Amino acid sequence: MNRARYVRRRRRSNVFMVLSIAATLFGLGWLALILVALLYQGFSGLDVSVFTQSTPPPAAAGGLLNAIVGSLMMSFFAVVIGTPIGLMAGTYLGEYGRHGRLGFVVRFLNDILLSAPSIVLGLFVYDVMVLTMGHFSAWAGGVALATIVIPVVVRTTENMLLLIPNTLREAAAALGAGHSIIIRQITWRAARAGIVTGVLLAVARIAGETAPLLFTALNNQFFSLNPNGPMASLPVSIFQMAMSPYADWHRLAWAGAVLITMTVLILSITARAVESRSE
Amino acid sequence: MPAGNGSVNGSGSANGNGSVNGNGSVHVDGNIKVAIRDLSFYYGKYKALKNITLPLYRNKVTAFIGPSGCGKSTLLRVLNRIYEMYPDQHAEGEVLLDGQNILDRGVDVTLLRAKVGMVFQKPTPFPMTIFDNIAFGLQLYDHHPKSVLDGRVEHALRRAALWDEVKDKLHNSGTSLSGGQQQRLCIARSVAIEPELILFDEPCSALDPISTAKIEELIAELSEDYTIAIVTHNMQQASRVSDYSAFMFLGELVEFDVTEKLFTAPSQKQTENYITGRFG
Repeated sequence: MNRARYVRRRRRSNVFMVLSIAATLFGLGWLALILVALLYQGFSGLDVSVFTQSTPPPAAAGGLLNAIVGSLMMSFFAVVIGTPIGLMAGTYLGEYGRHGRLGFVVRFLNDILLSAPSIVLGLFVYDVMVLTMGHFSAWAGGVALATIVIPVVVRTTENMLLLIPNTLREAAAALGAGHSIIIRQITWRAARAGIVTGVLLAVARIAGETAPLLFTALNNQFFSLNPNGPMASLPVSIFQMAMSPYADWHRLAWAGAVLITMTVLILSITARAVESRSE
Repeated sequence: MPAGNGSVNGSGSANGNGSVNGNGSVHVDGNIKVAIRDLSFYYGKYKALKNITLPLYRNKVTAFIGPSGCGKSTLLRVLNRIYEMYPDQHAEGEVLLDGQNILDRGVDVTLLRAKVGMVFQKPTPFPMTIFDNIAFGLQLYDHHPKSVLDGRVEHALRRAALWDEVKDKLHNSGTSLSGGQQQRLCIARSVAIEPELILFDEPCSALDPISTAKIEELIAELSEDYTIAIVTHNMQQASRVSDYSAFMFLGELVEFDVTEKLFTAPSQKQTENYITGRFG
């Protein structure tokens, strides 16, 4: 063995490792700074009134109740609209249209939708729903968010179904089960954890979306449960308040940011737990 | 009442059980459950089975042996038409089950599969409870009241020699069982719908020797009531469990005979080379 060559090789390997670790720490460092700033600023603004009062006039006491309820409501609409469509389309791709031409086209379009800028989706719904109805509404906000939920659910559903071994389908078919029974009773069940995870991740994704709501649900200073009118949401409220010159609003914006972050964190952890429990 | 009774499609089934034996001479024999005649099979354009002709005798175990890729699993997959799940595969020729050609277009595959059960290489428990694994097949054909269902499930599990091991945990997941138990669960699931023919596709290749011995014992017992076809890589297993054996090579049937004769005095040189380990 050539000793000098070995030493050189080991040195090079060490340099490479140090570079990799440095890059990782650099990335994680910024993330930690963001989290620390967010938690520090956010928790200092977080009190009971955030959950009990609605958007205050400038320089007065108030909270985010209207925005929290609005976000919950529109996310709920988005999931109710998006999950069945996404589930069925994903099932088509994973079970029926695996190799077909239509399957190829749908998969391709879904990939485009998945990476489409959310502001474009918002503009689309603005054009189709807001202009037609003549006013902003929580319905339109829910539909705009659903257009983000759908491709995520389609993709995860298809991927989860593709992971189910074909022998399981064959075993059910060998007992005389038809295709729809195999899907409903066997493969959906086997893929359930993954599909639920997909829906949770889609909710996490829309929790922080601002752009699709700007032209659809707009915003609302007041508490509202009327889906036919404009409605506040956390991301849009944060946007509005953070851009304002008022210190009270800044505090509320930070509190809202913490709420969204915690929600996303909890959803992600739940998604992981669901996925690992099924193993 | 599920399956098992009546013909697969009701319309014009042939009389008698004409068949061709390994030497090519035709005779009619009521003991033939399945007569495979001039069967060819294609994966796309690739011809994987070449004009296979052989019988499966009633209440006997027929083993299919041969090197990997010789077409023995393919042949099994024709017998319940499971290959139809894949659009580029097709079969030509005749497979007469009690005189009726199951490859006919008019044959209802659901009813066919009620008569022809299949157990796969890897255990395939469904993602549901042990009880529901068995009930799944039963519910496909009829709605059974709970009391009847309980009895049928117990009966099936007893037939598969699994009842004593699972009777206290019927509502645990089927996937919680050991590999050997899962395979017996799959056998119970097939037996539950009372098929006439059961196909075993290398049922022990993923199992340890003790589980394997149990399955082999089970196959011997089941052959009292069912006609059985088994594909195996293990020649000792073929000689232990089967009454008849078929040796296949490169998509062709080289030799079909009584197992004892095929393993002790094969008529073909190729068979002899294979069973003595000289190739394959």
